Amino acid sequence: MWAGAVACSIVAASLARGPVAGQAPARASKAPTTATAYTMPRTPDGHPDLQGTYDIATITPIERPPQYGGRLILTEQEAAALERGESARVARGAQPSRGDREAPRAGGNVGGYNNFWIDRGDRVITVDRQRRSSLIVDPVDGRIPALTAAAQKRNADRRDPSPDSNEAQAGESRGAFDNPEQRPLGERCLLGFSSTSGPPTLPNYFYNNYKQIVQTPGYVMILNEMVHDARIIRIGGQHLPRDIRKWNGDSVGRWEGDTLVVDTANFTDKTRFRGSGAQLHVIERFARVDADTLLYRFTIDDPTTFTKPWTGEYPWPATDQPIYEYACHEGNYALGDILRGERLLEKEAEEAAKTGKTGAKR
Amino acid sequence: MHQGFSRVVLALAVASTVAVLAMVAMPVAGQGQAPAYRAPRTPDGKPNLNGIWQANNEANYDLQAHMARPAMALRAGPYGPLPAAPVLALGAIGAVPPGPGVVEGGDIPYLPAALAQKKKNQDNWLTSDPEIKCYLPGVPRATYMPYPFQLFQSDKALFIAYEYAGAVRNIYLKDPGPAPVDSWMGQSVAHWEGESLVVDARGFNDQSWFDRAGNFHSDALHVVERYTRVQPDVLNYEATIEDPQVFSRSWKISMPLYRRLDKGAQLMDFKCVEFVEELMYGQYRKKPLSQ
Repeated sequence: MWAGAVACSIVAASLARGPVAGQAPARASKAPTTATAYTMPRTPDGHPDLQGTYDIATITPIERPPQYGGRLILTEQEAAALERGESARVARGAQPSRGDREAPRAGGNVGGYNNFWIDRGDRVITVDRQRRSSLIVDPVDGRIPALTAAAQKRNADRRDPSPDSNEAQAGESRGAFDNPEQRPLGERCLLGFSSTSGPPTLPNYFYNNYKQIVQTPGYVMILNEMVHDARIIRIGGQHLPRDIRKWNGDSVGRWEGDTLVVDTANFTDKTRFRGSGAQLHVIERFARVDADTLLYRFTIDDPTTFTKPWTGEYPWPATDQPIYEYACHEGNYALGDILRGERLLEKEAEEAAKTGKTGAKR
Repeated sequence: MHQGFSRVVLALAVASTVAVLAMVAMPVAGQGQAPAYRAPRTPDGKPNLNGIWQANNEANYDLQAHMARPAMALRAGPYGPLPAAPVLALGAIGAVPPGPGVVEGGDIPYLPAALAQKKKNQDNWLTSDPEIKCYLPGVPRATYMPYPFQLFQSDKALFIAYEYAGAVRNIYLKDPGPAPVDSWMGQSVAHWEGESLVVDARGFNDQSWFDRAGNFHSDALHVVERYTRVQPDVLNYEATIEDPQVFSRSWKISMPLYRRLDKGAQLMDFKCVEFVEELMYGQYRKKPLSQ
């Protein structure tokens, strides 16, 4: 515990030294007194060893809920109450179903996964021994900065749901079921929803939040469990030519002291993270905090979308659990059925209109 | 004349005996070849297999020796098979290139019912090959698809990322016990035998194929792979395939894999899921595209 705290401070200090777009405020910046208790594990080439499997699930939201105002740091009591609330929710969800319950209302929402499938985390994040109210640390209000006027116009012209939206959000817009391309990327098994694969890699507050890091000379590979996306980060070198674009962007890493800094550009226009486009530019910083934890920090630097850069951070706790295959497309009967169901409803409505009867409603 | 002939025969016999003895005496690393080559080592002393590799053969078309064919999907023509209508427009690009085969001994020892299924698979290739739908490739097919893969080897982990469909395999260095669930890419456990990385892979489902010729397996598939560096930029790859529900005995494929030496070689995006949406879901568009 004490050793971990010392290491925290060392990492905090080294992170603070880096040229960070959008400097984090409210940071415990105690100078390390001794560094004898914790020895950073290193790869044979001398860099911090970031390897392992991590379960990044947390209940701390990306943006700070309004009730905390500008306050990043929760009291221990507030954090404990949030964690108790989540435990209670899980316990309720784990109750056996009542055998005598009514069938869902015809035409109503029958729901998706029950609690068994959901693994959204039960912890409030702790960074620098602070329990946190949001991942975002800059701006200080913990909220994503406003979109630029150009980005607002660009997004208003797009009638489709955001590609990284979840299923619940993705059925709302008109014509949302006309074509497979209008369904969100998660539903199409192209990428995990809610920027699970990123970058920035974010908790999705639902399931499959595991990561695996493998480090070899010249590369750092990060496997995102959801949709088995392996991000291959080259250490050193230049970005690809601008006309080569990748779903997860093109990532180039470098070491700044003991922090791995990853610069990602060359995104496609298909992910549109939080209203951004192909000009998205993400800077990530990975630092080992202790034997069981990495600190992951991301900065979104995209002046074509946001009125200022923004930064968030959260710990990646190691897990000894294995990652199983996330084959998604191979069993994706839902996407075809969603579209087919909509065509069926349209046909029924058309026939009802002919005969003067009230058509089926979605 | 007669004497001369005998001398030649004798010389040949001696020469071949010497050659056989020499082969037997050589230090054998990967079974079946005899590389005197010693691979560069990782810091922990293992042969270093890191890199971007790719097969350069016709195994993904058909593991077995085959002549060129007009197309993967065929129909009867007045003078022999012709490309089936859905692939006709591809012309020479849709033809099957000939290959000498990668199956040791040439034969795949199918059980009778399984052989019938293999033929059925091949006849219905267009609607049955999982590659057409961008499904995960399985093992060993992932290795010899016409896309590169990258092997990541550290002292703590072994991991293979394949360009095709973004398929991945984490290869355990310590056996976690039987796979708790079947999967497309299986569960792999590795150990080293001299110069060779030996990967034992089980826990497969019965959905993947071995090639575009309908060669297939059941969920009892067990693959033992051997990766051996035999030259600076060449790996020898062997896969011994065992599946008592489909084959009467185990059989083996082998081939070289080559390092991608191209300038800027890297795994690029081949998320083909996007490319098969029209095939799989196009008919459910509000306004289907015209045929």
